[in-house]
Amino acid sequence: MLTAAAIAAAVAALTPLAYLVVRAFGGGTERVWQVLWQQRTLDLALRSISLALAVAAACVVLGVAAAWLVVRSDLPGRRAAAVLLVLPLAVPSYVAAFTWIAQWPGLSGFWGAFGVLTLVSFPYVLLPVAAALRTADPALEEVARTLGRSAPRTFALVTLRQVRPAATAGGLLVALYVLSDFGAVSLLRYDAFTTGIFTSYQATFDRTPAAILGCVLVALALVLTVGERRARGVAAVRGARGAARQAAVVPLGRVRVPAALGVLALLTASLGVPVYSLLRWLLAGRSAGADLGDLASAAWGTVTVSGLGALLTVALAIPVGVLAARHQGRLARGVELASFAGHALPGITVGLALVFFGIRVAPQLYQRTPMLAFAYAVLFLPLAVGAVRTAVAAAPPVLEDVSRSLGKGRAATRLLVTMPLAAPGVLAGAALVFLTCAKELPATLLLRPTGTDTLATELWSNTEIGAFAAAAPYAAVLLVVAAVPALALDQFLRTGSARTRRGEEASR
Amino acid sequence: MSRLVVDNVVAGYGAEPVLRGLDLAVPEGNLVAVLGPSGCGKTTLLRVLAGLHPLRDGRVALGDTVLSARDVHVPPERRGIGLVPQEGALFPHLTVARNVGFGLSRGQRRNGTVAELLELVGLAGYGDRMPGQLSGGQQQRVALARALAPRPGVVLMDEPFSSLDAGLREELRADVRSALRASGATALLVTHDQEEALGVADLVAVLRDGVVAQLGSPQEVYGRPADLGVALFVGDAMVFEAAPEAGIADTPLGPVAVDGGGRGTVLVRPEQVHLGGASGEGVPATVTDVLFHGHDATVLLRLADGPAVRSRVQGPLPAGRGDDVRVSVRGPARFFPAADQPVTTAMASPS
Repeated sequence: MLTAAAIAAAVAALTPLAYLVVRAFGGGTERVWQVLWQQRTLDLALRSISLALAVAAACVVLGVAAAWLVVRSDLPGRRAAAVLLVLPLAVPSYVAAFTWIAQWPGLSGFWGAFGVLTLVSFPYVLLPVAAALRTADPALEEVARTLGRSAPRTFALVTLRQVRPAATAGGLLVALYVLSDFGAVSLLRYDAFTTGIFTSYQATFDRTPAAILGCVLVALALVLTVGERRARGVAAVRGARGAARQAAVVPLGRVRVPAALGVLALLTASLGVPVYSLLRWLLAGRSAGADLGDLASAAWGTVTVSGLGALLTVALAIPVGVLAARHQGRLARGVELASFAGHALPGITVGLALVFFGIRVAPQLYQRTPMLAFAYAVLFLPLAVGAVRTAVAAAPPVLEDVSRSLGKGRAATRLLVTMPLAAPGVLAGAALVFLTCAKELPATLLLRPTGTDTLATELWSNTEIGAFAAAAPYAAVLLVVAAVPALALDQFLRTGSARTRRGEEASR
Repeated sequence: MSRLVVDNVVAGYGAEPVLRGLDLAVPEGNLVAVLGPSGCGKTTLLRVLAGLHPLRDGRVALGDTVLSARDVHVPPERRGIGLVPQEGALFPHLTVARNVGFGLSRGQRRNGTVAELLELVGLAGYGDRMPGQLSGGQQQRVALARALAPRPGVVLMDEPFSSLDAGLREELRADVRSALRASGATALLVTHDQEEALGVADLVAVLRDGVVAQLGSPQEVYGRPADLGVALFVGDAMVFEAAPEAGIADTPLGPVAVDGGGRGTVLVRPEQVHLGGASGEGVPATVTDVLFHGHDATVLLRLADGPAVRSRVQGPLPAGRGDDVRVSVRGPARFFPAADQPVTTAMASPS
């Protein structure tokens, strides 16, 4: 049952890729080689890879440091910082790019794209690392200190090792995100793979070269995924020792002020600049008189398509994630890998693949909400699978053994034991998928149901024609809509750790 | 009904099986301790019995029902075999009462069974607590109550006391024993702690290299070990090579009464080594150190002609460090005739 569902999800995730391959080889093999060996293709690959690696590295450094500061140190205002540092997740890359360009029109190229993408994607590392730090067994660090290791050495030797799986997984997510980003790189005029594909789609009616380039992008993502699996190492799963103990707060001493200033600078760049720039354009556009009715219907459009997308994505992710967490076989690995391929398909490629699929195979679904939800599911399945897998893996397998020995079958055990234990992580994953759907632009543009506008498409239409002031209200509402799940996510992690703390006190 | 029979079971993970033809019969209502060093297959045996690990050959039966065989595999949920894992493994998201009631039907959960079981393990009134609010020992008690709730034919316990401190362990052991007796359950306890195995079980099965080396009462396993390996694993012992004649073996500790003859090995327990004053009878020795345990003490000695030996004494200490004493062996000792080759072990190192 589980395996069948997981395979079905993987097949669904691979459908657009299959179309892509069919299209790519539609013009014959020589055609494929001819496109691949162009100087331009190699240039694009190099530029995309170097950007992805640079952003991922910067995000790991920023994300781990910030996570440690807000979870483990006596940073002033760390509770507020913990909330605020998650919010950049809600800033779509193209919105961030737009706000920076509006402020400094000269910004462009590699460093522009690097800066903007780092500032919007470091929370992808911060969130899982903060969660790992909250649940990691502090006894390991304490032992290291008693064995004569200084606090910084302990951080390097023990803490970093504990969060390595989370940081690596987050870094991979960032690299994949950058690789398939279209909005920011196009606005910042950094010629990457996605913009190359887009140009090639637009330039001619022959979509074969674009399909070929899309296949290369998928191959790059597969390489990253395999690398991540190698690097993940063995995640230390704590025994079933009732409740986790909370680590003591580390005093920062003399670096307290510089650390606080660093976090403040990060917040200013990732939140302050976009918000300031947005407010400026909002005020500038007040005279233009934004239509509140349009705004409300666009917001409702975003909520419905994203909600449905998140629901479908998590439903498909649960069997894949459970299989990946509980089974080691080649099948489980293959299914998980297949589900990951979707994230490397740029939104524009999935969008066009499904447009084609819709026209040819399922005209009754073409330009209807389910088709868009399916595009979201294909695109964001890795996000949800990662969340489900982590959540299930954190639930000790021995609890399932006990449940079986108490007369509950495999399915009942998953329902009564595994899912309740994994529910927090799965819900967090659903929230993450929802806000990612709300931010998605290219696939939404192509597949949105007839007559439905979303915040992203309205923002895009207005930005296209240079109406920054008209675009600003949509951007503002989009930020609010996307911030709600981010806040809920943080609140959730907070109450979770409070509950374990209470349990700890009671057991003394 | 609940006689558990393990018949020639082979099971494992890689090419080399961990269990190599293991036989074991657990009589109804008994508590059997499976004792062995780490890596001997204890946990694998437990998983095979629970139905969590397949066997390659052999048979596991409970009463007349075959649970596991080469082409039979009753899933864990239909075996009626309860499991108490290491450190309890309570469901962290359920209250104590819901943990205990997990294996019960809705009706059974309501009719007071849960409260009865909590009382049985000494935790009456704890039903509404969350597992995180309990101490380690309390978690173990809940885990036992949970395993007993569906009235299983057999309860399996995996090192249930290893994570607790000594005082708590003693108390919990006694309570677990009486709870098991009261419920009439057959139980199998896996441990690497010989004191625990000897102290808690009706029968001890010594596991070695994937087979049962000896099954017997704690007294039998300690007093009449099946072979030298079992003897050295269960309890402290000293061994001497000897060739006894007419039931008397000549050892560095003097003459020792044994059963048997020919070349072989004599096994002397430290409590058999008697200390006397320097002018009395026996072999002269010097006290090198005294390890005081409270209820008794171990006296470390060096014999005049070299070898180090140990004596376990109760009551007031007859000698202190540096004193000269005389040692002799009281009561008969076990003798293991040499098999094919002569035993080369001259002396077991103090453990």
